[in-house]
Amino acid sequence: MSTPNSYRTGPDIRGHFGAYGGRFVAETLMPLVLELERAYETAKRDPSFQGELDGLLKHYVGRESPLYFAERLTEHIGGAKIYLKREDLNHTGAHKINNCLGQVLLARRMGKTRLIAETGAGQHGVATATVAARFGLPCVVYMGEVDIERQKPNVFRMRLLGTEVRPVKSGSRTLKDAMNEALRDWVANVSDTFYIIGSAAGPHPYPAMVRDFQTVIGKETRAQTLEREGRLPDLVTACVGGGSNAIGMFHPFLDDREVEIHGVEAAGEGADTPRHAATLSKGTPGVLHGARSYLLQDRDGQVIEAHSISAGLDYPGVGPEHSWLKDEGRVKYFSVTDKEALDAFVALSKLEGIIPALESAHAVAHVMRTAPGMAKDKLIAVCLSGRGDKDVFSAAAALGETI
Amino acid sequence: MSRIAKRFAELKKQNRAAFVPFLTAGDPDAETTAALLEKLPAAGADVIELGVPFSDPMADGPAIQASSLRALNAGMTLPKILELVRRFRKHDHTTPIVLMGYYNPIHAYGTARFAKDVAEAGVDGLITVDLPPEEDDVLRLPAAAHKLDIVRLATPTTDDARLSVVLDGAGGFLYYVSIAGVTGTKSFTESDVRTAVARLKSASGLPCAVGFGIKTPEQAAAIAAFADAAVVGSAIVERLASGAEKGERLRDTLEFCAALAQAAHAARG
Repeated sequence: MSTPNSYRTGPDIRGHFGAYGGRFVAETLMPLVLELERAYETAKRDPSFQGELDGLLKHYVGRESPLYFAERLTEHIGGAKIYLKREDLNHTGAHKINNCLGQVLLARRMGKTRLIAETGAGQHGVATATVAARFGLPCVVYMGEVDIERQKPNVFRMRLLGTEVRPVKSGSRTLKDAMNEALRDWVANVSDTFYIIGSAAGPHPYPAMVRDFQTVIGKETRAQTLEREGRLPDLVTACVGGGSNAIGMFHPFLDDREVEIHGVEAAGEGADTPRHAATLSKGTPGVLHGARSYLLQDRDGQVIEAHSISAGLDYPGVGPEHSWLKDEGRVKYFSVTDKEALDAFVALSKLEGIIPALESAHAVAHVMRTAPGMAKDKLIAVCLSGRGDKDVFSAAAALGETI
Repeated sequence: MSRIAKRFAELKKQNRAAFVPFLTAGDPDAETTAALLEKLPAAGADVIELGVPFSDPMADGPAIQASSLRALNAGMTLPKILELVRRFRKHDHTTPIVLMGYYNPIHAYGTARFAKDVAEAGVDGLITVDLPPEEDDVLRLPAAAHKLDIVRLATPTTDDARLSVVLDGAGGFLYYVSIAGVTGTKSFTESDVRTAVARLKSASGLPCAVGFGIKTPEQAAAIAAFADAAVVGSAIVERLASGAEKGERLRDTLEFCAALAQAAHAARG
């Protein structure tokens, strides 16, 4: 396979990243998806749209987010210098708000008056509920019953913000089923509803649009590393569920050939057990939720339920651009078990006074096992995509403590 | 002439609309589906839509979601569905069978092999809900090679520009989704559907079937007065799932189908 001149030009006009992506949706939704694409293309070229978004990112979200040198973690591990991109310090506590603000501004331009979203960990749900409150729009968030149970604090937050949280009882009652239910809602409410997808997944233009709104993470990280260290990092890494924080972190570095890039999936109880969410490492290409991508499925093409301690990574699909980057070999994908993620969750809390989201703890765990093999003058930038307050109940349970 | 074209030509001559029942293959087990397939033509089915169960049926409401799950739990797979079709074709050479489902099981099976195997088993057409015209060349080309019709869907959101995209490559019949919504949830407004069907028929030479909101013989008759076919899915699947004993459920389902067929066939007096 020949190496492209740039890894940053995708998708093509049909929304394909190589063999991945596309628009695999019911005919009822096709006109809506095409309308959304046109509206987004127009907005993207409109300086007033970007200006309004930048203003909100600065004054409402608190960007830019710091790039923090994790000194004690670095010392403890004894290897490369570790920098944390602090998306956990954003308003609402995760990177999800970057994308939700972009999409709600687009919804307003399109004259849509109702928002819907799916959520796994609840971070995207909270971010959507937040922008719905900020702009006075009614909002329904679909959330699997299993996730409602393990992310109670976020369920309360969404309700407090005025959003209706609808429990999803079908299938595995997690993120994939929440997405099915949100798509069903959209089909039934075509004229007034805007579907804010939180992952870099779904039909075109969502994977590209979500990525564009999240690249603020990687752009800032790139500039901050250059400013602090006078050079680019040697390794950039982030956790991958659907893959929105990761693609936002990675994309600005894709053409910097000297930068190694690692995505970190959830291996659950082990990537070689049946209970994991390591889609890129263990899955095969298939079609789910509007796009062709790697997928956890059986040989009959039925989707297999994913498993991870982290609700945000508990998804049997992955964004199409990640699938393409894997096949191209530009990004390498690894996986981290529930237990390794919990150890990293504890370590970062004790060493740096930062409680990471269980999702982000997967990326930290990968850094903890990779940094020792790297020289002390090497630099790692890891995306700390969210804070862990929402996870204290499930983490305590996993650690055998009662709150 | 294909079985689908022949069937619609006969019905046109008789000035009758087709009754098209939908079943999820393998719901609740393969034997029930085999028994229903065998008896449906005598109950008045003109075309049969056989649902291929999928774990994530995004365009379906609760009734068909539940039926897909029952079928999957009972071990239904594409090869077993083809076996059901082969069994049916031993006795019935005229009733068209259309497979309706989602793309991923076909993708996993392999599109070329799928087209060849389903055509050989005796399937006549394919409705793949999440494979819009922009993406369906992967299936359309092998399907054409095996003389399978790709049945396209038009919906309340299909404007004129979109309709020309939908019609390009459409075969068998057009399927008009009478509501903006998932299967078996809302009710259609007759006048809206009548206008939409007239528009589709003037834009295309294909017969036009209507589905996604027809639950009663009265509704089937209302649609059959102007459309070429009335498709009923969720309401049939619900009968099949109701609590009674298995033999009774089967009889009840077939009686319901006969009532729907009678209403559809008598609609134009």
